[in-house]
Amino acid sequence: MNFPQIVQYSLSGITVGSIYAITAIGFNIVYCTTGVINFAQGEFLVVGAMTAISLSRVVPLPVAIALAVLLTTALGGLIELVFIRRARDASVLRLIVITIGLSIVIREAMLHIWDETVRSLPYFTGTTVSTITILGAHISPQILWVLGVSAVIVTALTLFFRFTTVGRAMRACSDDRMAARLCGINDRWMVTLSFMLSAGIGALAGCVISPVTQTQYDMGAPLAIKGFTVAILGGLGNSMAAVVAGLFLGLLEAFTVSQFAAAYKEVVAIVVLLLILVFRPSGLFARRDVSALRTA
Amino acid sequence: MMRLRMYYPVLVSALLIVALHLVLAAAHATYYMTQVTMSAYYALVVIGLCLLMGYAGQASLGHAGFFAIGGYTSAVLTTCNLSAFRDAPAIAALRSIGLVVQWQDLYGKEVLSFSPWLAFGAALLLAGLIALVIGLPVIRLKGHYLAMATLGFGLIVYRIVLGAQLFGRADGVSNVPAFRLVDGLQVNGRALFRVQNYYIAWVVVLAAMVLAINLVHSRVGRALRSIHQSEEAAHSLGVDTYRYKLATFVLSALFAAVGGVLLTHYNGSIGPSEATVMKSVRYVAIVAVGGMANLWGALVMGVLLNFLSLRGVFGTYDDAVFGAILILIMLFAPNGLLRVPNLRAVSSVGRASALAFQRVVRGRTTSTRRSHG
Amino acid sequence: MGKRLAVVLSILIVGLVLGAPQSPKREKSPKQKAKQAAATPIKVGAIFAVTGGASNLGAPEQKTAMMFVEKLNSAGGINGQKITLIVKDSGSKPENAISLTKQLIDEEKVLAIIGPSTSGETMAIKNICQEGKTILLSCAAAEDIVNPIASWVLKTPQKDSDAVRRIYQTMKDMGITKIGVVTSNDGFGVAGGAQLAKLAGEHGITIAISEVYDKQATDLTDVLTKIKGQDVKAVVNWSIVPAQSLVAKNMKQIGLDVPLFQSHGFGNIKYVQAGGEAANGTIFPCGRLLVAESLPGSNPQKKVLMSYKQDYEKRYKEDASTFGGHAYDALLILTEAIKKAGSADPAKVRDAIENLKGVVGTGGIFSFSPQDHNGLNQDAFEMLTVKNGKFAIYEKKK
Repeated sequence: MNFPQIVQYSLSGITVGSIYAITAIGFNIVYCTTGVINFAQGEFLVVGAMTAISLSRVVPLPVAIALAVLLTTALGGLIELVFIRRARDASVLRLIVITIGLSIVIREAMLHIWDETVRSLPYFTGTTVSTITILGAHISPQILWVLGVSAVIVTALTLFFRFTTVGRAMRACSDDRMAARLCGINDRWMVTLSFMLSAGIGALAGCVISPVTQTQYDMGAPLAIKGFTVAILGGLGNSMAAVVAGLFLGLLEAFTVSQFAAAYKEVVAIVVLLLILVFRPSGLFARRDVSALRTA
Repeated sequence: MMRLRMYYPVLVSALLIVALHLVLAAAHATYYMTQVTMSAYYALVVIGLCLLMGYAGQASLGHAGFFAIGGYTSAVLTTCNLSAFRDAPAIAALRSIGLVVQWQDLYGKEVLSFSPWLAFGAALLLAGLIALVIGLPVIRLKGHYLAMATLGFGLIVYRIVLGAQLFGRADGVSNVPAFRLVDGLQVNGRALFRVQNYYIAWVVVLAAMVLAINLVHSRVGRALRSIHQSEEAAHSLGVDTYRYKLATFVLSALFAAVGGVLLTHYNGSIGPSEATVMKSVRYVAIVAVGGMANLWGALVMGVLLNFLSLRGVFGTYDDAVFGAILILIMLFAPNGLLRVPNLRAVSSVGRASALAFQRVVRGRTTSTRRSHG
Repeated sequence: MGKRLAVVLSILIVGLVLGAPQSPKREKSPKQKAKQAAATPIKVGAIFAVTGGASNLGAPEQKTAMMFVEKLNSAGGINGQKITLIVKDSGSKPENAISLTKQLIDEEKVLAIIGPSTSGETMAIKNICQEGKTILLSCAAAEDIVNPIASWVLKTPQKDSDAVRRIYQTMKDMGITKIGVVTSNDGFGVAGGAQLAKLAGEHGITIAISEVYDKQATDLTDVLTKIKGQDVKAVVNWSIVPAQSLVAKNMKQIGLDVPLFQSHGFGNIKYVQAGGEAANGTIFPCGRLLVAESLPGSNPQKKVLMSYKQDYEKRYKEDASTFGGHAYDALLILTEAIKKAGSADPAKVRDAIENLKGVVGTGGIFSFSPQDHNGLNQDAFEMLTVKNGKFAIYEKKK
């Protein structure tokens, strides 16, 4: 492979990697406060994008996206209030199964509300053919938007968790829920907030990737699977690591395609997931105690 | 006395099955048997999964993978045409003992392939081996990590059957021949054999239930329930938790594989849609709604829900129904809709082991208990 | 526990019995039978993938089928007999298709089944319909459906091999010899890939590289980078999923500036809209439905195409696509055969279909025979292109 090709594959890897990373960030927020892997996270991306697309017919694009994010945030909160809160003392596994059920129901609802046709938001800058040249390889400007938005989200989240009261309260909940409660933190509202936050971030992510991936009612599940693979790979709870892990997986897939038949691309992520779960379930970058995750 | 009492439901079911046949025959509606037969085979998967999830307490989001392994192995072995190798000594030898058979497909073509019995054996062997290989590293994982890993397994099986030329890629394998069990009995989807197949399916299912009931009421079953109640307590009492969980995993995989083989021969084909995540989630939903540790509940719900789904009763909301079931059951009735009155027996085992554990912890001596397992 | 179980199972039995249709009526005299035959509607079944992975095929097919039957019935039906269309959703799952097929054949005793939407489902029910002596008019494209020929099984979509031939001929005219091929991993893509490989040699085309991508792929820049590395002069994409637009966009984005050929799966304006500017210049073979307006008045298909397009767009407020057209053709062929046979007897109708010649449908002009259960040839296709976001007839550059 010559140099421009290597750059092109790398850009390609970064393209998909950024999509995975931005999905994984949402998983981490909910996991932090509840220990639950929210399978419905992928659906938030699609709901956000679909809503924005419908709204963009009547209001300008930025307004449509903002409204879509708000509506999806509200949806996330509603889901938590109606479904998750009721199952207060349920085991983590039971909650995960509930989120699986939720992802299915949301997906079917989308099918009946919006039908099965594929649609997408217009490119934020440029058109479907615009391209930026970097070191001899080409990339669509929308990818820079995806990377940029991911960076902004991660930075904002880090600042939020470190410097704001609410953020620190959420972190307290994730460390030890009972202790946080003893400190007077309303842990139930922290859980609701975490769902709302991850839904909103998911919606924003869905909007920004929509021009690249196109949006269809059933793309939530495959995204979710890649998303939590990346989240686990980086270490659940660590958003910065999720971004790195996402980019890593994206690059791995792109270079797999360069050497082997493209048909094996999808298998890469699953193999990575299985290897991580068996050998290092706490993820590549985690500092947590590994023994807490194994039984024997 | 207890031994015979636990088989009463089997007898009752057998009578009900015959009764159903008579009712349908009287109403000239025996065509309903088609969906009942198909549902019975799907219920095999559910029974195995119930043992795994309800009694051993291990989640599995990839059980459709084992169903697919069983079905596809059988499909490929019974449809691969060995005519080119007709004269090879190995093939001739197998033919003489009936493991390679010659048959004519619907279009008059002569096919030389492995016999369905050989394929059946191979399918079970393969499913068991794969379950063992997957289970060894994965059973150690806790709670949702195990669920994730099984999900990954199911996905890999799906990708393999979807992508490989050998498995027919997206179109799957069709023209799968009938499975001649003995002279006069064959697993076949034709209308002529409808009643026969109804009974074959139910015999297999009831046999599986007898096996499962035996297991649950045996030493092994008690060990499993103690693991489910409290793994640490059971472990401390000398129960080899790892081995029991692994064995249950493999057994449940075998149940699923049997269902896969028989349904493939009944349908005459199999496709990648049998290995999807959605299918695995359905099986979990059925076990949940039947009652996690309730074999009969799982069976009844398995047959009922699959029957309704196959008849298109849920229309375009098919998947949504199962998703809703999952949510509602997990929220409001995590022990399922059909309760087991013997819950007392189950919880008393748990209580006993917990008490024993406490006694040990507090240093009081207990009567020596060797590890029975 | 046994009591509880017994209760549940008895509810089940009661439910089934209540749901069972009436027992057959007593035998009638021939005169009564004839009179009744004139009034009883003809039952036709349909299995479409309205939901699931193939919903972009099944949904327009279902809408078209219902529209066709309503129009026919309001015009009085066929010789006074109306058609009852029983539509079932298979969810893109072959096992559901099998169960629904048996329902339609054994319970509803339909004359014919329209659909299913995908090749996998069709192959699963092919033998069942053949043994059940029920006419199957499939809306799926695989050549396996009619090869080997089963006397009761037919299909309406055009042959993949004809589409490939038209593409290769166009390439030859353009002087292109070295190409790259990308296909999706669903049945349609795999079948197309096979035909592309098979027919390349005889048209002097060299396939330098051929890759398969997942039908739910969200980005294809890596696969296309690999294609670009082989220095090809054209790219052929064979799929029916939205990824068709992705290929167009990604090609332009990574600077792969060679002509893009698509399959007849591109036959929906939504893919052009999704592709935006990148879709301009795409060349593909297709039924003439999409350019119905630009056809000369003398074109034999124009009337049928315009009427279908206008009816569909008026009723459903969405653009007509060639997928829906396959269902239209299936019903058209069936109803023409019933008219010709003068009865709804399955064997007679089937024989009538095999003798139909020159039936003008949306996909082409059908002429069947006992050896040809598809009825279309290369002329069913028109080479189309995209100009300024709209479909147009491809004109050879002189």
